[in-house]
Amino acid sequence: MANPLHQFEINPIVPIKLGGVDASFTNSALMMVITVAVVTLFLTMSMKGRALVPGRWQSMAELCYEFVASMVKDNVGSAGRQYFPFIFSLFMFILFGNLLGLIPYSFTFTSHVAVTLGMALTVFVGVTLIGFIKHGAKFLTLFVPSGVPAVMLILLVPIEILSYLSRPVSLSIRLFANMTAGHTMMKVFAAFIVPLGFLGGWAPFAIDVALTGFEFIVAFLQAYVFAVLSCIYLNDSLHLH
Amino acid sequence: MSDDKTPNELDDFDARLRRAQEGRSADQEDGEFAKTPTQGFGLAFRIGTELVAALAVGLLIGYWLDIWLETTPWMMVVFFFLGSGAGIMNVYRAAQGIGLGVGIGPGGKIVSGKDETDDKKDTAGD
Repeated sequence: MANPLHQFEINPIVPIKLGGVDASFTNSALMMVITVAVVTLFLTMSMKGRALVPGRWQSMAELCYEFVASMVKDNVGSAGRQYFPFIFSLFMFILFGNLLGLIPYSFTFTSHVAVTLGMALTVFVGVTLIGFIKHGAKFLTLFVPSGVPAVMLILLVPIEILSYLSRPVSLSIRLFANMTAGHTMMKVFAAFIVPLGFLGGWAPFAIDVALTGFEFIVAFLQAYVFAVLSCIYLNDSLHLH
Repeated sequence: MSDDKTPNELDDFDARLRRAQEGRSADQEDGEFAKTPTQGFGLAFRIGTELVAALAVGLLIGYWLDIWLETTPWMMVVFFFLGSGAGIMNVYRAAQGIGLGVGIGPGGKIVSGKDETDDKKDTAGD
């Protein structure tokens, strides 16, 4: 039986050594380049006509834009407008990475903690820096809940700080775990189809069909959750309570 | 015919433009309605990891402090409880969409309340 984790293996395509660090161009990196290319192509080609009454492709591009724009507006307010390009890039990159990873024989780069933690830490560090730039030392009041007796603060401030530090972890683990679990499950069931023969093979096959649909939902949802949480974190830094 | 209409149309356009700038275009209601199920799903996916992540971060910090201060296993015990506290608080905030600071819902946007959303918009505008 095929190893269900084989699909997550990283293979170098162009080996590069940078001062003892393995910086090879891998299949993961290739999929990221493809994702960026596909997103860029999709957005530029579909908006080429710039029709007042959009066609199908233009509608899809505008749908993506408006979805993220309203997400930023609802969660951050008008102050978040200048961060829209970042949130939009993040959302499209994860969404297309997840969706392209569903194509057979391709690679899902969002199923690696290195990738998701990299993105989560970018958001985390960026949001923290924005908070300190906008509010200075006053940003630290984020960790002091208001209306709490001073004695309780000894306990609550460490909890708040821990809760703040857990943000990048939960953000990255969620995306990585969902993608890895879904793809592994699909592969496990797929591996049962042929060994069970023509009579028994239909059951895992039906499950796999259902799982494929489920994976499409998860692919979209995880991109949405990642983007919406980035918005929420950004909102916390921009507007202290 | 069209000349008679022009002032009216311009007024209408002004009104629509103002509404759009305030982020309250007429079709937004439909969009929000359509989005509601995904937001429920999104919240569900959030909650599980939120609990575990804080605990993991707490344990990790405790572990490193123990190695650094050579106080095994006391820091880890302390941070286990702090981490679980933080995790439960994360979940509580995510579910309620209230509170402050870390991991709060966007003014109840994910959870439910229409009025909470409006509150948020007001504060965001300030």
